[in-house]
Amino acid sequence: MTPARADTRAATRAEAARLVARFEAAGARAVDCAILQPADTLLDLYGEDIRARAYTTQDPLRGERMLRPDFTVPVVEMHMAEGAEPARYTYAGEVFRRQEDDPDRASEYIQAGYEVFDGADPAAAEAEVFALFAEALAPLGLRAATGDIGLLTAAVQGLRTTERRKAALLRHIWRPRRFRELLDRFAGRRPVPAARLALLNDPDPIAHAGPRLGLRSEAEIMGRVAALREDAAAPPIAAEEVEGLDALLGVRDAAPRALDRLRGIAGEMPAIAPAVDRLAARLEALAARGVEVDRLDFEASYGRTSMEYYDGFVFGFYAEGRDLPPVASGGRYDALTRQLGRGAAIPAVGGVIRPGLTLALGGAA
Amino acid sequence: MTVKLAVPSKGRMMAQCAEWFAERGVTLSRTGAEREYSGAVDGVEGVDLVLLSAGEIPRELAAGRVHLGVTGADLVRETLARWETRVEALAGLGFGRADLVIAVPDAWVDVDTLDDLDMAAADFRAAHGHRLRIATKYHRLVREFLRARGVADYRLVDSQGATEGTVRNLTAEAIADITSSGETLRANHLKILSDGLVLESEATLYRSRAAPLAPADARAMAALLETLGLG
Repeated sequence: MTPARADTRAATRAEAARLVARFEAAGARAVDCAILQPADTLLDLYGEDIRARAYTTQDPLRGERMLRPDFTVPVVEMHMAEGAEPARYTYAGEVFRRQEDDPDRASEYIQAGYEVFDGADPAAAEAEVFALFAEALAPLGLRAATGDIGLLTAAVQGLRTTERRKAALLRHIWRPRRFRELLDRFAGRRPVPAARLALLNDPDPIAHAGPRLGLRSEAEIMGRVAALREDAAAPPIAAEEVEGLDALLGVRDAAPRALDRLRGIAGEMPAIAPAVDRLAARLEALAARGVEVDRLDFEASYGRTSMEYYDGFVFGFYAEGRDLPPVASGGRYDALTRQLGRGAAIPAVGGVIRPGLTLALGGAA
Repeated sequence: MTVKLAVPSKGRMMAQCAEWFAERGVTLSRTGAEREYSGAVDGVEGVDLVLLSAGEIPRELAAGRVHLGVTGADLVRETLARWETRVEALAGLGFGRADLVIAVPDAWVDVDTLDDLDMAAADFRAAHGHRLRIATKYHRLVREFLRARGVADYRLVDSQGATEGTVRNLTAEAIADITSSGETLRANHLKILSDGLVLESEATLYRSRAAPLAPADARAMAALLETLGLG
């Protein structure tokens, strides 16, 4: 290691320590987590894609392990095992990310984080995290982006269509292309594939199939055939409803104007009204914390591609005009706690800052 | 130094490789005893033959330890991230043709496309409490393919051979494997998804982008490529 690089590493650690001290002053308890994490938990949560992003290693006694790709999962697990609410945690340390496509992206870097488990006032907890980050990052002149995955989730849940279609759409909220394909199909905008038509028109399709192999039973196969038949008989999602979703996803404006637009859309789409109310409450809480909400960007489709576990408020801080990853990011992740807690969810919101980047940009406050 | 040309050390692929070069006036031959992994290149000066396992040739090319190598496109793309930046494909050799495909049991009458596979995977996970397993040795290629197409709720399980048997043996629900005629798949009651073609592969001659060439080697390389009609 060159002396210059060693200096940078030491300076990054010092920057991370300053951020942790700042978060402790805000009421967080400093915690640490193991670098080697059980692979099963992460695979179960993120699916096979995590293998493209995390380093996997084999332990002859403990099985497959992963070098922690983030702190959120171990912090949630620690909190669920022993924590009492409300709780605030802070941490700093290396995370490890495989970079298969871009050799210029770091495969090992330090994150400093702040996580709040406090269900008393969700809007206040979200504003607390965002305002804390905005203050720490204020000297860097970053652009903040915000969004809310809960709006789209609520809009999908409110569609006048079958539960199965809604579940399929909800499952792919975080894969916009696939979401769009499914929506087009359910809206009757795509032709039904020939093989599907043949299956639907075949009174006894299993009769001339090959022998049944493997774990997937005949009941499961025929169950899905029945579901496909039901789906073919169900009316398509109405064009107005698809337009409503498009209007919602197209909202991108300064937060107060975005809120107005969303209130307008909620007139046609009452299912999103509670989510719009939550956004309004959040903006009030942000303003109360001194955030200039008139100048805050809000983008309804923000956070759909890379933040699979966020399911409500999402935010990121970006160095405009620099080819850098987000300097900070975070959001609400109640769904993650539900998955990890096997049904027992905890309201949770938090985020991480990359001290290596804040330092390169001049240093956080 | 000499220019190092790596070719697969075993089986049909080596024989076909020798044939392809011979048709272009370059003779590849083993030297020494039959089981010895050394060889000679006749017809051009300054080129050495290196006999390697086809699976190791991508790595040797990327490391710059050989200048030229013949191996399957599937192996290069699976083994080397950002393969185009590390090797250059000079010519498809017209043999070793095989498709990497996703296949499921024939009995899955409800599954014909990746879209079906994705939906079936969601139901499978709900019913069995674990993700639908796809057996393969092409982890990177298959993962990238399925990610780009939005398939979720699956898990890859490693299978280095007899992959078609994993479904019957209950170690996987579906497979992603190389097939040339599809016969082994059919014999094992598996069908290829209609949009399940991950990659069309053939034996390909690659040039390393990392191997250093002294001036004399550069001349030998140019002469070889000229002779092969690739200059």
